[in-house]
Amino acid sequence: MRGIKDRVAIAGMGCTKFGELWDKSEEDLMVEACHEALADAGLESKDIQAAWYGTNYTGFTGQMLAHALKLDYIPVTHVENACATATDAFRNAAYAVAAGIYDIVLACGVEKLKDTGYTGLDMTRFLPDGSKVAMTPRVPPPSQFALSAVRYFHTYGLSYDEGKRVLAKIAVKNHHNGTLSPKAHFRREITEEQAINAPILAYPLGLFDCCGVSDGSAAAIITTPEIAAGLRKDKDHVLVKGLGLTVGSRQGTLQDDYDFVHFEENVTAARIAYEDAGITNPREEIDLASVHDCFSITELIIYEDLGFSPRGRGREDVEAGTFELTGKLPVNTDGGLKCFGHPVGASGLRMIYEVYKQLQGKAEGRQLSKADIGLTHNLGGVPGSFSSAVTILGRAA
Amino acid sequence: MAGITSYGAYVPLWRLKRDEIRPGLAGERAVANFDEDSITLAVAAATDCLRGIDRGTIDGLFFASTTSPYREKQAASIVVAACDLRHDVITADFTNSLRAGTAALRAALDAVKAGSAKRVLVVAADCRTGMPGSDLEANGGDGAAAFIVGDTQVAVSIDDYYCVSSEMLDVWRADDDPYTRTWEDRFVVTQGYLKLVQEAVGGLSKKAELEPKDITKAVFYAPDARRHQEMARGLGFDPKTQVQDSLFEPMGNTGAAFCLMMAVAALEEAKAGDTILLASYGDGSDAFILRVNEEIGRIGGNLGMKGHLASKLPVPDYHTYLRWRGILTTEAVRRPMTEPPSPAAMWREQDRNIHLLGVKCQVCGTTQYPPQRLCTRCRTQDRFDTVRLSDKKAELFTYSKDALAGTMDNPLVIAVINFEGGGRMITMMTDRDLDEVSIGMPLEMSFRKLGTQGGIHNYYWKCKPVRNRG
Repeated sequence: MRGIKDRVAIAGMGCTKFGELWDKSEEDLMVEACHEALADAGLESKDIQAAWYGTNYTGFTGQMLAHALKLDYIPVTHVENACATATDAFRNAAYAVAAGIYDIVLACGVEKLKDTGYTGLDMTRFLPDGSKVAMTPRVPPPSQFALSAVRYFHTYGLSYDEGKRVLAKIAVKNHHNGTLSPKAHFRREITEEQAINAPILAYPLGLFDCCGVSDGSAAAIITTPEIAAGLRKDKDHVLVKGLGLTVGSRQGTLQDDYDFVHFEENVTAARIAYEDAGITNPREEIDLASVHDCFSITELIIYEDLGFSPRGRGREDVEAGTFELTGKLPVNTDGGLKCFGHPVGASGLRMIYEVYKQLQGKAEGRQLSKADIGLTHNLGGVPGSFSSAVTILGRAA
Repeated sequence: MAGITSYGAYVPLWRLKRDEIRPGLAGERAVANFDEDSITLAVAAATDCLRGIDRGTIDGLFFASTTSPYREKQAASIVVAACDLRHDVITADFTNSLRAGTAALRAALDAVKAGSAKRVLVVAADCRTGMPGSDLEANGGDGAAAFIVGDTQVAVSIDDYYCVSSEMLDVWRADDDPYTRTWEDRFVVTQGYLKLVQEAVGGLSKKAELEPKDITKAVFYAPDARRHQEMARGLGFDPKTQVQDSLFEPMGNTGAAFCLMMAVAALEEAKAGDTILLASYGDGSDAFILRVNEEIGRIGGNLGMKGHLASKLPVPDYHTYLRWRGILTTEAVRRPMTEPPSPAAMWREQDRNIHLLGVKCQVCGTTQYPPQRLCTRCRTQDRFDTVRLSDKKAELFTYSKDALAGTMDNPLVIAVINFEGGGRMITMMTDRDLDEVSIGMPLEMSFRKLGTQGGIHNYYWKCKPVRNRG
């Protein structure tokens, strides 16, 4: 079995500003993200041979993307995999190129959430039986992850104050990084005290433990390494080194021995991606990571799931500053979901956009001195039942 | 011989001091939580009554209430499903009268005597809500009583009864009235209550050849505490020794369930050989003679009236009570309205949502909820035993307290619970004291209403802290 390593490349990327974009429609967002990606690659929309359209809430069928970009009778596939949608769209596009079916393809994720009338996510969506309203309780996302936070504190003997302090440090870091990202939704520093004392949304998670709900779009042009090298004069295209996607079968909600303090889907998705990329010691070999910090507790658990920190000891790395911009393994250099924002179906491609820019040395005020291998991690679902996607990207030269 | 083979009761956890309704009033009224109604109260009392009893032996369920949540649609069938009884049972709703509870009891007795059923579960439940500030509101209460009427293992035989019917508008509520109306108090009491109950009790005494001195304890309905005393004297009983306490002080008038809840309280203190008089009121009166035998010692282990009355929490204030009853509507959460659930889906999924059935894999032994086609652990297809989870104890594994979920018990406690004997469920916690919520706390299941949309009451099982025995 051949893996994906070095078989496809990213030739161009685009990303809109994320935020409460009251004056922009999904069409505006797709046109802006995709045309930035096309311009970055030096291509036009007629060069695209196939496309993958990722969204959870914003329209149905690939026609959404075809209509916005006026694509000309090419195949467009709608991809949906909860909050891991955009990475899955990217993954399918990459495999199509690796299979030799197409030379140049587009992956675009978009979400227009701020028209729903909800400050958070509209929880009446995604009912498996097709009915519009659930018969059983719909647990809002902050509570779903609060279940993990309560259990994490309990399992590792953290008092409420100690636990909140660790989570606050993660939020402070992401807020700082957000100030250095012109396209981020939230761009202001916060203090640990502000984070700890903020209103509780779902105990123990407060306002600053939860990511923003945003509008936005991001897109990637995926092609072969050879074509990418021809398109980019500086040879600064980015190679896909590994792709891992795993989907749980709700083991954690059905089996009463699931612990709520690790996400098995993350562990298995990372294992697949690391094998693809030949990574054996992620903490040492990866230069930066853009991970799914939908909540501060999620980021803490991800450190451990992806092998950045030993199990139960993410706190030590947080306190040592390991994941700050100046640390050994900077995480969420653009502010993450917390501050860049979370337009659900676009977020995976936004993560790839940040790593792509860092590997190219074009991340402006937040540019890392060493950025050769980067990781993105995109997570959909709730503890006990996830879709998890991990991508490893590397510099071509 | 036919009569009562088991009894149970349910008083909601919450009590509102009458002083909150009108300064100076004594005592408190029992208040159903915002997610309770007469159907959920009935399920709770039925569960209390069914403790230790094989539910497959119940042949019928009669539900009685003046406040059935549906104007057209049987409540009894919902109680049957929630109690996970057989479906080849006789069911009926007795409604529209304060006398509905004893009407159901009498009909159950007749059914057993006629041989149409061996064991009938009778449940009377009411949520008595009056116009804000009214006597009805202050004197009212919420609660339920349940009896199994059968012809074997009878602990309390129902030896005789006497009924009178009366046409008068004393207490009534028209089809489109939000609150119960009453005519002038003097008319209601002198021409209705006092006259009719005395007529029924007199008729029964004559028929059964009984005098007041033959009665160990008299249990009878009353609209308020003062009338209860007046009736005791009128019937010739010694209020100190022969009359069951009216429960106005700790609970209030629970309508169609009221005298039956008092009867449960009386039976909790009764001993073999006791003779109990039971009389209801409402559009007439039903009077019964109950005789207690040795089997009474077999019944127990449930909370009953005593346990439920002793276990309580205060409703914070009158404003909260008004919100719980939907009298005062407040902005729950700034979100678009949701639509009602699909009746077809509700019907299809009732085993998991209403009966609360899980499954246990016959191959690997994993208990799982909700039921699966393939085992979550060993993937074996369709080889499961059914496990009823509604009567299992559980333990809190983890939780959150959600300030934005938009329910009335803000913050909403979301709970991951593990059942004794296996199985996990993610559900809401109700009747909780926020300070006591902690990992490992013991829990039990409670049938509650998640919400009402489009005229559909959506019931489900929540967990709650185990109610202590006082």
